[in-house]
Amino acid sequence: MELGDSALSDSAIDVTELRRRYGRPSGPSSAQGYEAVRGVSFSVEHGELFALLGTNGAGKTSTVELLEGLAAPTGGRVRVLGRDPYRERAEVRPRIGVMLQEGGFPSELTVSETVRLWAGCTSGARPVGEALELVGLERRRNVRVKMLSGGERRRLDLALALLGRPDVLFLDEPTTGLDAEGRRETWELVRSLRDQGTTVLLTTHYLEEAEALAERLAIMHEGRIAASGRVADIVAERPSQLSFALPAPLSAADLPSLAQLGAAERETDGRTVRLRTRDLQRTATEVLVWARDKGLELGGLDARSASLEEAFLHIAQGLEKTETAEGNAR
Amino acid sequence: MTTTHTTTGATTTGATTTAARTTARTRVASLARAELTLLVRNKAALTYALLLPGSLTLSMTTFTGDIDLDKAGLDLPTLVLPGSIGLALVLAVYMNLVGVYVVRREELVLKRLRAGELTDPEILAGAALPALLMGLVQCVLMVAAVGPALDAPMPKAPLLAVLGVVAGLALMATLAAATAAFTKTAESAQLTPMPVMLVSMMASGLFVPLDIMPDRVAAVCEWAPLTPVIDLVRAGWTGGMGAGEALKALATAAAWTALAGWTVRRRFPWEPRR
Repeated sequence: MELGDSALSDSAIDVTELRRRYGRPSGPSSAQGYEAVRGVSFSVEHGELFALLGTNGAGKTSTVELLEGLAAPTGGRVRVLGRDPYRERAEVRPRIGVMLQEGGFPSELTVSETVRLWAGCTSGARPVGEALELVGLERRRNVRVKMLSGGERRRLDLALALLGRPDVLFLDEPTTGLDAEGRRETWELVRSLRDQGTTVLLTTHYLEEAEALAERLAIMHEGRIAASGRVADIVAERPSQLSFALPAPLSAADLPSLAQLGAAERETDGRTVRLRTRDLQRTATEVLVWARDKGLELGGLDARSASLEEAFLHIAQGLEKTETAEGNAR
Repeated sequence: MTTTHTTTGATTTGATTTAARTTARTRVASLARAELTLLVRNKAALTYALLLPGSLTLSMTTFTGDIDLDKAGLDLPTLVLPGSIGLALVLAVYMNLVGVYVVRREELVLKRLRAGELTDPEILAGAALPALLMGLVQCVLMVAAVGPALDAPMPKAPLLAVLGVVAGLALMATLAAATAAFTKTAESAQLTPMPVMLVSMMASGLFVPLDIMPDRVAAVCEWAPLTPVIDLVRAGWTGGMGAGEALKALATAAAWTALAGWTVRRRFPWEPRR
């Protein structure tokens, strides 16, 4: 145990075979309960920005709450800054910042009263004005929380998470409810924090958010990590796609064979043909040369490299045979 | 926002990274201050907690004429004074706090606070302090108003009354958290405090002294949570309580407080069940 701890203390966050089951474990009838996190492992290096991506109900929040030390895991191990965030929360909490999925603020307090309350409970807190300026809420400081828009509440929550200049920042769906402008501002703020060395773990169901911010990410599905790694690594696992419409008399049967085209799969939908390939350049060349030789004009020609979106949808639709993440976790 | 955050972030990192750690005292004080602001803004709860004990005390002075106080060895002031303090404890502290805990949980405030540096007991204590302060002030005001109005004698053993009030404050706050543990929504918080409230008012010698009850009933009522508190406060004026009896009363109150505290520890949900 001791040895393991010191060997792993290089990572800011280290999660091994994490499990979380809801329902009282001691209760006789609730022996089954519901297992929301089913053996999740990953680690986040110091200064890294890591995203947990997943559909609603994939287990992202359940996982992050264990990292924040809000509950003890049913199984497995969590280390944040080398410590157990649940048992050693007095040591861990002053060094982390937390933004929950849904902010809990007394509705009758004003914005600055809320920050002041939080500042009194946060070691080395920034001045209230500075925290509000960071998230662009300084002009709303005397407004009651109940009058804030959903996006403003998210930003207030972010201000509280940043109040203690945390080493590790947990952001659970930080931009849900924000407009495009607010989202971009939050992204910029999160990037600048990372540039100053803050380790950030964020959950999101926005693909573009994970793609824009995260160095590495893990896609969760049904309590497990279905894929993880750099965006390029995850995407590399998926085939590219070439689609086009054949002119009138021709059908897919008139195309050269899949082997000749270097494609893996063919799908037809009326006149439209969709080819999946690991070698997009070769397949595209073969199709285009074939079309030129036949003097054909292909309609709606579209060559598309595999994208995170495609990988994500593939997983979300449950097509992935839950791969073990170990192989490409790093 | 975009123009300011990079500079503020950069200039302040390092300067205050070693800044003071919070302590239990600073954290609880900060939460209590916010709760006090909320209490002052909650006109309904404030009115209820401030007016009800006073008006009930007033009505007490009229209908107790039917009770044979001599049989209990009491007079009007030694019945009404502990009664008014008991009412302040039950209504201003207990009833009020059940609502505070449940509403804060519904608003997800408790969960949010738990994600910070506050420990669980600190959260419960910080949320309770303004109500405790209000209860204490009310006890003092009751004594200041009722005493002269009924021509009450000076307390013979004021220390016992003080001990009673302190034990009562701790008991009521802990019982409120325990009640909140079994209260799912703000609406049900209107009902769930009823058992403790009724038992405290009817069976603790608050309105009806235990001495005029049938022996068997009195023997049971003796063990009600608030009975030792009322006994101690009453003995503060009558002086009729030995050290052993006083210790027994304090131990009974402490046992109820411990039981309630244990329940909170085991059963208190920190976020709403959805």
